[in-house]
Amino acid sequence: MAMQINLQEVTADYQAGPIRSPEILKSISTTIKSGSFTAVVGQTGSGKSSLLKLMNGLLLPKKGEVAVGEVTITLENAKQSVKEARRKVGMVFQFPESQLFAETVEKDIMFGPMNFGVPEAEAKEIALEVIGRVGLDASILSKSPFSLSGGQKRYVAMAGILAMRPDILVLDEPDAGLDPKGKKEVMDLIHAWHKERGLTTLLVTHDMDDAAYYADEVVVMEEGRIVFQGEPEQLFADVSAVHQWGLELPQARKLQVKLEQEAGVTLPQVCLTLDQLADALVEAGLA
Amino acid sequence: MNKLILGRYFPGDSLLHCIDPRAKLIAGISFIFILFIANNWLTYLVLWLFTFTMMKISGVSLRIYIRGVRPLIWLILFTVLLQVMFTAGGEIYIDWGPITISSFGLINGVYIFSRFAMIIFVSTVITLTTKPIDLTDAINYLLQPLKRLKLPVDEISLMLSVALRFIPIILDETQKVLDAQRARGIVFGEGSLLQQMKKIVPMFVPLFVSSLVRAEDMANAMEVRGYQSNQPRSSFRRLHWRKGDTFTLFAMVLLSVILIVLRTEGHHFH
Repeated sequence: MAMQINLQEVTADYQAGPIRSPEILKSISTTIKSGSFTAVVGQTGSGKSSLLKLMNGLLLPKKGEVAVGEVTITLENAKQSVKEARRKVGMVFQFPESQLFAETVEKDIMFGPMNFGVPEAEAKEIALEVIGRVGLDASILSKSPFSLSGGQKRYVAMAGILAMRPDILVLDEPDAGLDPKGKKEVMDLIHAWHKERGLTTLLVTHDMDDAAYYADEVVVMEEGRIVFQGEPEQLFADVSAVHQWGLELPQARKLQVKLEQEAGVTLPQVCLTLDQLADALVEAGLA
Repeated sequence: MNKLILGRYFPGDSLLHCIDPRAKLIAGISFIFILFIANNWLTYLVLWLFTFTMMKISGVSLRIYIRGVRPLIWLILFTVLLQVMFTAGGEIYIDWGPITISSFGLINGVYIFSRFAMIIFVSTVITLTTKPIDLTDAINYLLQPLKRLKLPVDEISLMLSVALRFIPIILDETQKVLDAQRARGIVFGEGSLLQQMKKIVPMFVPLFVSSLVRAEDMANAMEVRGYQSNQPRSSFRRLHWRKGDTFTLFAMVLLSVILIVLRTEGHHFH
């Protein structure tokens, strides 16, 4: 069961002690379609992570409201609504392995579900299921999470989130600090889970290839505002706009632009993957 | 944890920001002793005047200072209450056996409160206007004589500056772990005392782990760059003593002279 996310004129900032930050998010209104895989891109400090934190009330809207499925979070009703929202939204932070704490992997995975009232026996079953789902052996369940390798820790932490059976998955650069192979594995896993469960997924990323390859919608943020929302093809078609927002092009698109310049031709479509580019080149009779 | 003001630095360019940290440290410590000279309304008034002038010069808003006192307010009120209840003398308003509320008790309570508040305010002025790193340099300098007693002064001050250096990092980390566990459904500050204590585990274990990892990384980084203890070290930052700094110390002497002149002779209370 997936859910739609709806933001209405949301303004938010952080307060750290006596220092109140300037507005991090400025009157944002948007709708994330139910069942969509949305990539959130933008430069550092543009408010991407803050946008994610709105979804489960880790950051509360100072003005406006955030509707997650049937739950509406406002500053006034935060106490009740936030708990409801957190049950539905699974959040994978940057370097999620830093949240591991329990004596065994199993207990760590069971932590989330049990906080939301899942009985112990059922939580155990879920743990067994998700550990297999992230591609780890069930024998790892009885080990200490601190005895694992870095990559394994990352998978265990993600399993801990998946175990909450969220309807909405929000991820803040889940593949940060991994090697290219590890990155692909993590992203493929997330994408498969998204498809299988029909989740609504929001992914913050710096990697435009991830956005081009996995997302069916891209949100571009700049200085606390959404400056673009639409399909990846649409975004990467406008090369000058992409550069103006301080973003890169996906590898294939970059190559396409270069080829077009060198050969003085224009291919009929925007190519986001190398396969698409190869096909387009054959079609145009250039290869 | 974000509310703790004591120990934070506020960048600025006020007169107080420019004074040598050694002078500020000496002045701050001597202020605590000077406080004990005061024993009547006039002397406390002078001290309050001094304290408020310092707070004003620092250029930091009063609200922030008040917030700095807040975490300690119960401790202060408790001490004041003890003073009020157990000091006898003067006019007695309420008398319940050993507990009496008298005019002397009330006056003493006000004095004690003032002392606490002023110590906190003045030390906050110092930490708000001095970079932590400068403060440790100053402590290092002032502790130098203790080297004769074979005390590892340089190591102590290095530990101090490392500790200070890590405060913001660990606060940051705490916030992250807090967020991550809250996203997994934990609600802090809810449930019975035992439940609340259990909730600390998912927060502290990750913090301990990352702190240990960080400590090891740092030790390695220092070692590969040739750090050795017990070796004389030069410093990248040098402290410069200026005329204004001598004047600061002179101002403290002046303050004590004024107080000694204004103070009531003989023991008043206690």
